[in-house]
Amino acid sequence: MARNIIDLDDIASVELEARSRYTHRALVCSSTGCLSAGAATVRSTLEAELEQADRGQDVQVVPTGCPGLCSRGPLVRVESRGPTTTHYEQVDEDAARAIVRDHLIGGQPATEARITPEDLPFYVKQHRVVLAYAGTIDPERLEDYVAAGGYRALSKALSTLSPENVIEEIAAAGLRGRGGAGYPAARKWKLLHDAPGDEKYVVANGDEGDPGAFMDRTIMDSDPHRVLEGLALAAYATGASLGYLYVRAEYPLAIERLERAIRAAKRAKLLGRNVLGSKFSFDVEVRVGAGAFVCGEETALMASIEGRRGNPELRPPYPTERGLWGQPTMINNVETLANVPAIIDQGAAAFAAVGTEASPGTKVFALAGSLTNTGLIEVPMGIPLRDIVFEMGGGIPKGLAFKAAQTGGPSGGCIPERFLDTPVDYEHLRELGSMMGSGGLVVMDETVRMPEVARFYMEFCRDESCGKCAPCRVGTVKMHAFLDRICRGVGRQRDLQHLESLCRTVRETSLCGLGQSAPNPVFSTLEHFRDEYVELLVEDEVFQGPEALAAASPGGAR
Amino acid sequence: MSRRPARPSVPVTIDGEEHLAYEGETILDLARRVGVRIPTLCQLDGLSVYGGCRLCVVQTEGDHRLKPACATEVTGDLEVTTSTHEIREHRRRIVELLFAEGNHICAFCVSTGHCELQDLATEHNVDHIHYDYEYPRNTVDASHPKYLLDRDRCVLCTRCVRVCDEFEGAHVWDIANRGSESRIVAGLDIPWGESESCTWCGKCVLVCPTGALSFKGRSTGEMVHDPEVISFLSRARREGEWVGRKEQV
Amino acid sequence: MSTPNGNGNGQPRKLRFATAWLGGCSGCHMSFLDLDELLFDLAEHVDVVFGPLTDVKVFPPDVDITLVEGAVTNEDNVEIARAVRANTRVVVSFGDCAVTGNVTSLRNAMGDPDPMVRRVYVDHPDINGAMPTEIVPALLPQAEPLHELIPVDVYLPGCPPSGERIRNALFRLVESLEAGEGIPDMDWRTPDDLRFG
Repeated sequence: MARNIIDLDDIASVELEARSRYTHRALVCSSTGCLSAGAATVRSTLEAELEQADRGQDVQVVPTGCPGLCSRGPLVRVESRGPTTTHYEQVDEDAARAIVRDHLIGGQPATEARITPEDLPFYVKQHRVVLAYAGTIDPERLEDYVAAGGYRALSKALSTLSPENVIEEIAAAGLRGRGGAGYPAARKWKLLHDAPGDEKYVVANGDEGDPGAFMDRTIMDSDPHRVLEGLALAAYATGASLGYLYVRAEYPLAIERLERAIRAAKRAKLLGRNVLGSKFSFDVEVRVGAGAFVCGEETALMASIEGRRGNPELRPPYPTERGLWGQPTMINNVETLANVPAIIDQGAAAFAAVGTEASPGTKVFALAGSLTNTGLIEVPMGIPLRDIVFEMGGGIPKGLAFKAAQTGGPSGGCIPERFLDTPVDYEHLRELGSMMGSGGLVVMDETVRMPEVARFYMEFCRDESCGKCAPCRVGTVKMHAFLDRICRGVGRQRDLQHLESLCRTVRETSLCGLGQSAPNPVFSTLEHFRDEYVELLVEDEVFQGPEALAAASPGGAR
Repeated sequence: MSRRPARPSVPVTIDGEEHLAYEGETILDLARRVGVRIPTLCQLDGLSVYGGCRLCVVQTEGDHRLKPACATEVTGDLEVTTSTHEIREHRRRIVELLFAEGNHICAFCVSTGHCELQDLATEHNVDHIHYDYEYPRNTVDASHPKYLLDRDRCVLCTRCVRVCDEFEGAHVWDIANRGSESRIVAGLDIPWGESESCTWCGKCVLVCPTGALSFKGRSTGEMVHDPEVISFLSRARREGEWVGRKEQV
Repeated sequence: MSTPNGNGNGQPRKLRFATAWLGGCSGCHMSFLDLDELLFDLAEHVDVVFGPLTDVKVFPPDVDITLVEGAVTNEDNVEIARAVRANTRVVVSFGDCAVTGNVTSLRNAMGDPDPMVRRVYVDHPDINGAMPTEIVPALLPQAEPLHELIPVDVYLPGCPPSGERIRNALFRLVESLEAGEGIPDMDWRTPDDLRFG
């Protein structure tokens, strides 16, 4: 068994040895955000300039995952021998040339390029576990991951821990599902472990579909091996022999990198038969979903993996009793799994030292909306929302006032100013009528009208409803119609009453989480911003003319 | 449904009255057996459980969420409340939603007077619909020589889909699109009359709860469905009646 | 709003009763006439002050009960419905067209009503086909149930509601108003009193 560790160490030392030959390393963010901002051109410019100066052997240009500050991309970090790192932001071709000339060759930071202050709260307030290597390793190279310490946890588990030990460690860490609900991960693992049968499956849920959310996408495209390692550990702990990575088709880069990672891991005996020479065999396949929000719901997700229509099914039976092809199956969110290698490698205590007692560890958030800094952050659970918005996010631009922070996507709610000091964890957010959700955090300024926010999310749910159950299929259409009417200033008192009663019915009677939580943005905006609705209403007794009647009932043919 | 043990043994309380349920029996089955009415629409004895209409939701003691009676198996000492004001209001709203969603014009429907949706509206005191009607522009499929599909009257219960798949083995029907765009289609969305897998058995027509599927040539109120034929078939299949093991029911 | 408190000489005054005919086939009014001899009983309690059965042109004030037949389908309907609401204590949505839109609303799924009007008034007539510009009231984009336009107090579905159904609801209503109790609870209604269609 010891041989395995040597194998990994070999890979790591060869890699580090090679790295030591370079005087500088230029790390170019090549995650989805920076790529769309032109990172590929920046990278090729860096390489071409170095080539031209014949300095290619001294400087390594590395495409990496996401450092996080997406709004200031493309991002380039220059690492020199010693501890100094310079962060360049909004790098264009000219800046890239200056970086090569002044810094990579000249050895001094390029003053012509924009340099991010080192003490930017956006970076310094983070605590990176899941994103530990995002932005520092090449996600397309197994060697980079291993050199950083990757697959050490898997190797450790296979050589020194029983499956039960692994589950105990996860339980001791208090890891909770990062997909939104916060269900204790170890409890789910135990259920699958205890389920009878030889054929079991584990699934990584990468179907992230909330508007404004890109945590899972970034984890997958910035550090795909971490997800694989987490999935392999889950399989080892639960007795599963096959794993699926379920990723939406809108994430082509994540899919490509995951597939590349699977191939590399198989070649290195980190996946496949007898992983690292042990008795544990495990294969992984990527399944590409067609981008339906409802397929993030676990029973719909399984239907989609099986090639059927992505409709949710009734639970119980739960997937751990009857899942893929009738066999026990466990579905974990990508971020949940990405936490696992760190827990096994560094121990439950180290993991639980961060965060709060009920919600240990960190959480990745996608910051979006009216903020100076938007992008991806990983913070300790329990951090006050105010710190995220005003320190890390840099506050609201253009001198506007903060109005609300939306968490939990279309299943979540809006948190007003007076609750900004609330610690961000599962329980506190739920108490405020919102939820952690998968980690989307959209900040709204004073110009935003809350009924319109509710209408936006309801439109999303309406379009994403699968149509199986009547309350969600028709209810979302009707809730949206009421909201639309209110937003257009032709809503009546009774429309608001009907909206609220319908919200209750849809919440109480819908089949799956999509419908059950679809009314949440309405409930939460009504709770905190009811005045904004009431202001828009017209009196019931105001008789409406044909124009109003027409306006109130748009279009016959759809 | 598998064969039952000879005697019911699981104590279950429904609306304050104690009953003995069979192991594995659903709340709905038990309620029906002991004469407690729980409204349903998509559920049909003999077909697989779908759980889509949500009309059979009941309160089970200790659960914060309502449960569909059709899909929830009894457990020992379960306490079920089948009808509170709140549950009735939920059901009424769901029925209203179904009316608002389609173009249900009872006045000249082939199934008026024999329609489960119409009955549910009456049962739940629906004297008008609180929600705007959608007035969708649906299509009628009259391409089959014997039968007719009028999507205006469809409530997407999928009884036709399930009976065709589970009893006839033809799987002519399925649902295309999603959400409010969902609609019943034959084959891969071809005219019903052109479907080569349709055996003309007519079971889909017999189980339809509304006037969506009907025999051609029926006028207003003349289409009477016969969904019970499926429970007959299912029982016969379960008891092995066609292979002579038991007497014909 | 009027009160049923009499005419000043000790005799309770009769309720003022009206009917209105919007976008419907008048079948509900025919069914109302199916009350037959009960019409005499009704007449002992109410004065008919407006409707197709009278020759009154302007909707009068202080009406106690108005049965409104038909969906709101054109501008004329809107005007009448608003007049009804402004002058009536208890507005009854009378029959399926008023309650649900029913047959009148069949056109809604076809969208813009203009081509339909054109078909009738321009394409079809033997002579002088033209789009109507006066007398014929303009159609609304959609035919809607009455309660989409004005608040409604009592719903009486049916296509048409049978004479018996009308009798049950109407006499209960009359009784209640005469007793000064306002709009009665309608929960007593049986399937015979409620069914659409």
